[in-house]
Amino acid sequence: MTQTIVIAEMSNNTVHASTAELVSAAIALGGHPTLVVPCTDASQADGAAGMGADSILAAKSGAFSHYDASGWAAALDAIAPHGTVITGASPQSKDLAARLAARRGLSVVQDAIAIDGNNITSPVFSGKAMQTVSATGPVVVSVRSNVFEAATGGATDASVVATDGDVATSVQEFMARASERLDVSEANIIISGGRGMGSPDNFSHLEAIADTIGAAVGASRAAVDTWEAIPHSMQVGQTGKTVNPNLYIAVGISGAIQHLAGMRSSKYIVAINKDADAPIFQHADYGIVATWEEALPVLHESLKGMMG
Amino acid sequence: MPHIIVLVKQVPDTNAKIVVSGDRVDLSTVKMVMSPYDEFAVETALQHREASGGEVTALTVGGPGAEKILKDAKAIGVDHIVRIDADGEMDSNALQTLISQAVNDLGGEVVYCGKSAADTGAGSTGPGVAERMGWPSVSNIIGATFDGGLSVTTPSGGGNAKVSVPLPAVVSCDKGGFKVRKPNVKGIMQAKKASVDVRSIEAPASSVSVVAHALPPAKPAGKSYEGGAAAAEVAKLLRDEANVL
Ligand SMILES: Cc1cc2nc3c(=O)[nH]c(=O)nc-3n(C[C@H](O)[C@H](O)[C@H](O)COP(=O)(O)OP(=O)(O)OC[C@H]3O[C@@H](n4cnc5c(N)ncnc54)[C@H](O)[C@@H]3O)c2cc1C
Ligand SMILES: Nc1ncnc2c1ncn2[C@@H]1O[C@H](COP(=O)(O)O)[C@@H](O)[C@H]1O
Repeated sequence: MTQTIVIAEMSNNTVHASTAELVSAAIALGGHPTLVVPCTDASQADGAAGMGADSILAAKSGAFSHYDASGWAAALDAIAPHGTVITGASPQSKDLAARLAARRGLSVVQDAIAIDGNNITSPVFSGKAMQTVSATGPVVVSVRSNVFEAATGGATDASVVATDGDVATSVQEFMARASERLDVSEANIIISGGRGMGSPDNFSHLEAIADTIGAAVGASRAAVDTWEAIPHSMQVGQTGKTVNPNLYIAVGISGAIQHLAGMRSSKYIVAINKDADAPIFQHADYGIVATWEEALPVLHESLKGMMG
Repeated sequence: MPHIIVLVKQVPDTNAKIVVSGDRVDLSTVKMVMSPYDEFAVETALQHREASGGEVTALTVGGPGAEKILKDAKAIGVDHIVRIDADGEMDSNALQTLISQAVNDLGGEVVYCGKSAADTGAGSTGPGVAERMGWPSVSNIIGATFDGGLSVTTPSGGGNAKVSVPLPAVVSCDKGGFKVRKPNVKGIMQAKKASVDVRSIEAPASSVSVVAHALPPAKPAGKSYEGGAAAAEVAKLLRDEANVL
């Protein structure tokens, strides 16, 4: 059996739960996974226990205190075994995957949503087609979340290795997000508004529902372009963020092809639109033909009742 | 006075319908355009030149058909247009090796590219080329300033970070706050006359190859309701049928 290496997906210095899905992907590629945890302190690797890996390597380095592509790739390359490498598919992890692949003279396959032997499938043309590639020899593969089951069991103790990589860039200033809201790229549930919301103030109705169910608030490009108060960081779609949540609720969004490009792979899609012919309904699991003024208060009350 | 390189790729128009015939996408009848993020990369490259002097070269790897987007880049103000002649599928290792070699040959000191190409959606080329050059890279920037060196704004851990980038470096561009300029008549005339510098570089063999393309599985028709009151029913189904709450 070949050796596979999983780079843990980190969030606020802890191992993100989706890492266990990456271990499953590594097993599907036929290997005994070594789970490598980039950390500044070995205790940050504690969360990797029982995620199904054969062994856990806590890669400890000051280089991991903030993300720098070349520093991270060098520090991980120095200690990770050779073989096929699996990463998450967050923007940072895809960047790292590409950098690490180049460092090892390998090719990289991004956004895998299925693995069958050596065949790896990913969406291309903004999700309008699926591409299956076959790899001979080791590759680096980034894997989307919410497609593989989480692996369990396996190693519980990490061996700690020190490593280092020169950090090339330097952060001059960090600007926290204006709101404390969850970012769409990190959320399992997203409720998005489009131009049909009528004004940016009406996004408060979406925020209220988001708070009830722990969702992030997103937007269409028309909303972002029309209203100053709706920042580009909320935009979902071709020129915004690609999201893959369990639930996507589109409110007052027509469902243009470029919006679909960013959200069509969501597990469940709810659409609320007053126009029964809006293209978004062709992609919705649950479509409600109604104005948001009519539907959102009912939706919010029901959700409040259910969430206790 | 840096030599600034901007990578541009030809892709299907984002409104185009994608057709699969015989296990492969068929692009023969599709309108091809510059990949949307590459427009932001061109804009950033031009702003860099305006701030620091130097020259901008737009570089593409592709067949003769890809020269149209080089002309488009020329029309909005790049100085030189270069095509590395290549045909057919290449894996990321082969493509990045070609681009790195070309950047070396051209004496590039900073490379701008798109955050991801509209066809691959990958976002691999910028960081991959940087690693091969041994340069730093910053991806997905949403803003850049050029006084006293390059500094860029990029999303980072739940906010944005302003990061200084020592040159040479590779920077990939998101949409952010960039407003892309439109060509003027003079630019369009110049682009018509401009000649493309076509070069060929030997590419290494690919170890990743395409087996098949397919359309995404059709989604079974969903449930649809009339009137806002149905939202109560949908909320219940989200919990009891979809199990997503
Ligand atoms: C290169 C390129 C890139 C693009 N990238 C993106 C992208 O990343 N993301 C993106 O979203 N778009 C993108 N677009 C734009 C896209 O084509 C659409 O213009 C955009 O998605 C439309 O946004 P919308 O649905 O909010 O607005 P509209 O198309 O104006 O739709 C508004 C909808 O709201 C409904 N409505 C109105 N009032 C109400 C009400 N009271 N209650 C309920 N429903 C109501 C209407 O029936 C309509 O369906 C891109 C376009 C191009 C050319
Ligand atoms: N064949 C190519 N020729 C020139 N630039 C390219 C090519 N492929 C990718 N790029 C550049 O790299 C960016 C990211 O592409 P990708 O890694 O495929 O997502 C694109 O937006 C372009 O700027």
